Amino acid sequence: MMEITEGSHAVAEAVRLCRPQVVSAYPITPQTHIVEALAEFVANCQLDAEYITVENELSALSACIGASAAGSRTYSATTSQGLALMFEVCFNVAGMRLPIIMSIANRALGAPLSIWNDMQDSISLRDAGWLQFYAEDNQEATDLHFIAYKVAEDPAVQLPAFVCFDGFILSHTYEPVDMISQEDVDRFLPKFDPAEKLDAKDPISFGMYATPEYYLEFRYEMDQAQKRAKEVIAKAGKEFGALFNRDYSALVEGYRLDDAETAIVAMGSVCGTVKDAIDELREAGKKVGLLKIRVFRPFPSEEIAQALSKVKRVAVLDKNISLGAKGATVIEVRDAMYGSTIPVKGYVLGLGGRDIRKKDIREIVSLCEKGIGDQFYGLRKELI
Amino acid sequence: MAEKKKTCDLFDCGHRACGGCGAALAARLVTQTAGTETIVVNSTGCMEVFSTPYPETAWKVPWIHSLFENASAVASGVEAALKKQGRKEKILIMAGDGATFDIGMITISGAFERGHDFTYICYDNEAYMNTGIQRSGATPYDASTTTSPAGTCSFGNKRPKKDMPAILAAHGAPYVATASIAYPADLRQKVEKAINTPGPCYVQVHAPCCTGWGFEADQTIAIAKLAIETGLWVNFEMVDGTVTKVKKVVRKPVEEYLTTQKRFRHLFKPKRQDAELATIQAIADRNAEKFALDIKLKKE
Ligand SMILES: Cc1ncc(C[n+]2csc(CCOP(=O)(O)OP(=O)(O)O)c2C)c(N)n1
Ligand code: SF4
Ligand SMILES: [Mg+2]
Repeated sequence: MMEITEGSHAVAEAVRLCRPQVVSAYPITPQTHIVEALAEFVANCQLDAEYITVENELSALSACIGASAAGSRTYSATTSQGLALMFEVCFNVAGMRLPIIMSIANRALGAPLSIWNDMQDSISLRDAGWLQFYAEDNQEATDLHFIAYKVAEDPAVQLPAFVCFDGFILSHTYEPVDMISQEDVDRFLPKFDPAEKLDAKDPISFGMYATPEYYLEFRYEMDQAQKRAKEVIAKAGKEFGALFNRDYSALVEGYRLDDAETAIVAMGSVCGTVKDAIDELREAGKKVGLLKIRVFRPFPSEEIAQALSKVKRVAVLDKNISLGAKGATVIEVRDAMYGSTIPVKGYVLGLGGRDIRKKDIREIVSLCEKGIGDQFYGLRKELI
Repeated sequence: MAEKKKTCDLFDCGHRACGGCGAALAARLVTQTAGTETIVVNSTGCMEVFSTPYPETAWKVPWIHSLFENASAVASGVEAALKKQGRKEKILIMAGDGATFDIGMITISGAFERGHDFTYICYDNEAYMNTGIQRSGATPYDASTTTSPAGTCSFGNKRPKKDMPAILAAHGAPYVATASIAYPADLRQKVEKAINTPGPCYVQVHAPCCTGWGFEADQTIAIAKLAIETGLWVNFEMVDGTVTKVKKVVRKPVEEYLTTQKRFRHLFKPKRQDAELATIQAIADRNAEKFALDIKLKKE
């Protein structure tokens, strides 16, 4: 059913439909509307879950560990400082192979304190072992929750997942969203029934320590699971598409890319702006296209190399930076294209909520054409 | 995940604790009492390490270890899940004093305030033993540890033990108790009470550590007894914030306890530190007064 709704509410509604038994989260802007909405659902018996009102984010995700290990479908949401506080727990969740889903309303990290959007928070946790989905709009942010649970809980994967969507830009924006029915969700998403759980009838130990004789293989297994996730995502995305007419089987998605000379690579809500800019550039005779990365972990290297194999140049937008190096996306795109002679340029932009407009995209395309890149874009010269 | 094998207890033999480890004894006594319908949440520390080197485990009940500081939060989640699934297992946290008094303080406070139904056992060996005997908020006054070493201008740990039972009682915990591995029957009774009292309950178990305190492995029980007999450890029970039961003693001077352990050796060698000994005696005296510890002997 199509409704005009706020991003956060659409996400909360999707989570409700996934029937988590335990929700544990801690409020932080711009994630708050999600957890408030879920609390309301529980208070009104629209969601049959235990809602644990923890005292901080470290405990929020830790409580999810206990609940998930005990065999319940589990949900949390956070952003920025909250996610940073969960750093240690995030690695732990993935290592214990608990398929917890956490929404990230992407926000910058302090200092300086900023409540506005960029992707530094979730990108900084790219090595933690979680699957990472990035949404372009609220429809995608909503649907990716169904996909995320299905993929994370698949026995071939058994890894947690972030569903990331841009703070404020999506979380606080009203857009039409087609919400699938409970019946349909139940059809798509089976009950959570893990093979192993904390259970007195069959006692097992979770979270043991591993000596050097064992640790390497644990990490290998996790990496294999990440790689297997590609296929599982493709399958789940396709099934979703067949049922509800929105296909999420591709980990990357091209827009007017087939004959493009300049390809822009981007993630999240900025893709909408990029598409509009591309339409205008095309009208002016410039062959520009977009490659949107929807899944950042597992990183779709082969898909990216394939999709970009025919372009003349690549401009990668990064709303994050590994300070002292480059944006995370450009580093990985370049790695994916290793051996190719196609120039790949990176642009760090939009940090801390700095607006990215169509004219910025045009400007980046012309910089890329001139071979200028690997730089911050949009700096206020008078401040530096 | 670990395989099952022939067991000799719910906390199985074959674990890697030092011979004479008080904490290992606590684990045995507590799991024996709790029984098979129990899920254990363990913090990082000696107990976690000596019991679960992958792929072996000493635990014959479901067991989970996550981090050093988050056992109460993990237990909160387990409890929520069991509630939703209509399951009846009891939840038992086993955490060291470092996990309890220091790094887990926020997490514990949150979980006790929320009122989850679990039993929190702090096995108190009075320092961070797993990382090499560093001080914690539970380390007693003047104990020498690797981060509070006695030296030419230091007598060791500068602060007395934090009053954790009082802090948790102040959270409204319905049942708070202290116990000792030297008194297994009392310990069992308290664990049983805690498990059968709805809400978050706390039992702090004195668990001497031969390696960290510096004594021979066959002295563990004797030293735990001396702690009580000198009034430096008090075994008591609190129901809804009121002390309802105290183990009374015919008190011995604190020196009888202190001289048994290397962590207090600097108080006697190279020279006797009378002022420090008096300060420690005063701690015991205050305990005696607060809990009315002393058994008054009838004069002949
Ligand atoms: C966040 C974090 N900080 C520090 C450590 C290192 N560490 C592991 S166990 C431990 C001490 C444990 O002390 P306690 O809880 O008293 O248990 P014990 O080892 O004495 O049984 C420390 C400091 C850790 N694992 N995690
Ligand atoms: S160091 Fe102490 S607490 Fe740790 S295993 Fe040895 S005796 Fe037990
Ligand atoms: Mg300790």
